[in-house]
Amino acid sequence: MTDHPILEVENLCTTFSRGDTALPAVRDVSFSLGKGQVQGLVGESGSGKSVTLRSILGLARQYGEVRGSVRWQGQELTTMSERQLRKIRGREIAMIFQEPMTSLNPLLTVGTQLTETLKAHTDLGRKARRDRAIEMLDHVGIPAAASRLGEYPHQFSGGMRQRVMIAIALAASPKLLLADEPTTALDATIQAQILDLILKLADEMSMGVVLVTHDLGVVAQTCDTVSVMYAGRVVEQGDVRQVLQTPRHPYTEGLMRSVPQDVPPRTQLYSVPGTPPSLFSLPEGCAFAPRCQAAGPACQTARPMLQDIAPGRQTACFHPLPATQDDAA
Amino acid sequence: MTDSTVTTVKASKVAPSRLQLALRKPGFMIGVIIIGFSTLLAVFPSFFAPYDPNFIDYLAVRQAPSWAHPFGTDMLGRDALSRVIHAYSVNMQMAVLATVFALTIGVVVGALVGYYRGVADMIFGRVVDAIITFPFLVLVIAVVAVLGPGLINMYIAITVVGWVYYARLMRAEVIAQMGNDYASAGIVMGYSDRRIIFRHLLPNAITPVIVYWMTDMALAILLGSSLGYLGLGAQPPQAEWGVLISEGRNFITTAWWLSLMPGIAIVITGLGFSLIGDGLADLLRPRG
Amino acid sequence: MAGLQYVLKRLALMVPTFILVMIIIFLLVRLLQGDPAIAIAGDKASDADLAAIREKLGLNDPLLVQFWLFFTNTLQGDLGRSIMMRTSVSSVILERLPTTGFLALFAVTLSLFIAGPLAFVAALNRGKWPDTVIRTVFQVGLSMPVFYIGLILLTFLAAQLRWFPVGGSGDGFFGQLYFLFLPSMTVALYTSAIIMRNLRTSIIEVLDAEYVQFARAKGLPTRLILGRHVLRNALISTITLLGLSIGNLMSGTLVTETVFAVPGLGRLMLEAIFARDYPLIQGLTLTFAVLVSIVFLLTDLFQSLLDPRMRLT
Repeated sequence: MTDHPILEVENLCTTFSRGDTALPAVRDVSFSLGKGQVQGLVGESGSGKSVTLRSILGLARQYGEVRGSVRWQGQELTTMSERQLRKIRGREIAMIFQEPMTSLNPLLTVGTQLTETLKAHTDLGRKARRDRAIEMLDHVGIPAAASRLGEYPHQFSGGMRQRVMIAIALAASPKLLLADEPTTALDATIQAQILDLILKLADEMSMGVVLVTHDLGVVAQTCDTVSVMYAGRVVEQGDVRQVLQTPRHPYTEGLMRSVPQDVPPRTQLYSVPGTPPSLFSLPEGCAFAPRCQAAGPACQTARPMLQDIAPGRQTACFHPLPATQDDAA
Repeated sequence: MTDSTVTTVKASKVAPSRLQLALRKPGFMIGVIIIGFSTLLAVFPSFFAPYDPNFIDYLAVRQAPSWAHPFGTDMLGRDALSRVIHAYSVNMQMAVLATVFALTIGVVVGALVGYYRGVADMIFGRVVDAIITFPFLVLVIAVVAVLGPGLINMYIAITVVGWVYYARLMRAEVIAQMGNDYASAGIVMGYSDRRIIFRHLLPNAITPVIVYWMTDMALAILLGSSLGYLGLGAQPPQAEWGVLISEGRNFITTAWWLSLMPGIAIVITGLGFSLIGDGLADLLRPRG
Repeated sequence: MAGLQYVLKRLALMVPTFILVMIIIFLLVRLLQGDPAIAIAGDKASDADLAAIREKLGLNDPLLVQFWLFFTNTLQGDLGRSIMMRTSVSSVILERLPTTGFLALFAVTLSLFIAGPLAFVAALNRGKWPDTVIRTVFQVGLSMPVFYIGLILLTFLAAQLRWFPVGGSGDGFFGQLYFLFLPSMTVALYTSAIIMRNLRTSIIEVLDAEYVQFARAKGLPTRLILGRHVLRNALISTITLLGLSIGNLMSGTLVTETVFAVPGLGRLMLEAIFARDYPLIQGLTLTFAVLVSIVFLLTDLFQSLLDPRMRLT
């Protein structure tokens, strides 16, 4: 899919343990990201998208076991010590979270939270750090940035807080941004602004972005490629236009059908029948099989692995939906 | 073959009943055993105590622990073990009597104030503030000061001060429960106030109160024995742990076991109640 | 300044509660003390003498007038005369206040030094053996009455090993430190058990918070995260608890002063109770109420200092 991937995730598996039960939150997730590329990770709640991001950055380690490979610019992250990872976090790979009110420390000023990143990752002196902090706030669109350095998170509105979080995350000019549902908690109008901001910054700083969301609309607007996740696994991935227009996996197709487009009023909305399985009782075989109309006997017993069905297109399904003429493009 | 695997998977995933959960928690079970045993000792002290706790024997004064007297003898030759055992009656009684009246008054007042709010709630708030401003022990001592030392006065003092804590807890719970749909449903269906409060709100709101009661009983023993030690609660020669410790105070250099053993009884019994309280808190917590 | 406004508002709120407290004390003592004239003059005094004393004390005036007298006198610092000590109540209290104050402050400092680090160790090792050991030890400590802890320390460290004096108080700062170490330690052990439990839970909650995850994602060193992000947030709820346990502190001081024969306010209260010295009891109760209220106020102030969100309320 990409010539010189900056991020390569291969067979990533993250398992949490609750008592003696093992909960496989992420199972065999693989994808790769090129420079300046925006990759979407889309799926319902509980599909493992957030855990994937946290596993990449090594944040999931304290809660569970992470196996597989995550290569960042050639370096293997899963085997690195905390100390080595700390040098990469914030400086090379940054992450922003869904809820800015809880992701920012309510007791510290915005300025402090900005400058501490700079202090940890750069050699800038005190004044230089302050200037850079003002510059970042300005860059993300906070008016009168200098005067707002001394303010606390609760003094900002929801959209502004998210901008602040972005400013903090990007202060040390990382090369990869992991965004965990950055717009889910915001109003629709603000959503668009934040997404535009992220894309603009990614472009300016030649940054790769992995964007986690449950909103297909967001994916369509912002991403170059997309991976669709279900029950901890990637079921389909590829170029965003292709995947959304001609889905090959029954789940993706179901998702697309759930989004009402140009329908007359009072049309009953479609939703994929059934509910996603709980991690406590994952079925053997394909996790989607109980809800799948195309399921066959093989689907109950064996887990389909991600396979190429076309250049740059992968699906994990024994009965992928037929391709149409458009797919060749 | 697939069928059998499916059924076996299903069976082990069924959630265990609350009783089963209770039995699995070691802390809770230890607490139950301790309190069970303590209750036995409290109800049948003469059965367990080897000697008469009041039998004075000047020839056997301040003996070290031995086979004949496992806890030794005190300054009047009385068997220390028997005295500690008989003290179980007094101290366990203390745990109950010092708390149960405060609980009853507190629950009723708290439920009423929480339900009706308004002026009663405001007055209640001021009264609570005024009482809570004082440290519990100091207040109890103050009340005992005017009533005079003695067990019954101690119970009165503790009840007079302690009901506030139960009431406050109950009020908060009732208010929280009132936000639930079943309460609104009751009001909409036109149930009488009394019915709503007592048959619907109370059973749901009472859980944290019961948990608190367990901890309070442990605290009551601590408080009661402290007052006994100070001479403001049970009076010598009555066998009460605090009194026993105070009796042994003058002999800490020579017969230190006299003060040590009753203290251990306090600790174990207090732990027992705390463990039950913690266990109940875990068990009764809403699932999910 | 918003801070000053906040302080004044809190002080103003305390006033009605305070008046209620004074009314309660006044009524309680008046209703139950019997005839103070007899207490002062003795059983053998003549009726004429008793009548004269009653007149002087204003006991024949209506209750409201008596209360007004009591109220105004108190505000001026006149708390009456102690029957037992034969001197003014305020002078007796002021004489013993420093000792108890020292004991209390010493105890709080010690308890923070004990509870703080141990709470961190327990929280960071949640579920593992250090956590279990620490929690068990403190749980047992909580089940021990304060006087028992004191007695054990007294027996072994003072009476048997003779490392510390058996009782009394010392001169000068270092003298006090030495004499009051065991009593302060006694109270500190009990108080730290309460604080440790709460602080540990706070730290655990904070460790799971999103902003700590974000701080980790920023690649900040662990020590910085713990010291700046975790500690401050965990302290907030503990500060409130610390303020509330001032009550425990005072009861602990009372009992401990008895065990260690320290001449402080606690022991004075006990002596006053046994001697039925009502003016002294009244004065002491009032003093305790004032001290507790001041501590509550300080706790609130400190919390608002720590938490900028509270400054708006």
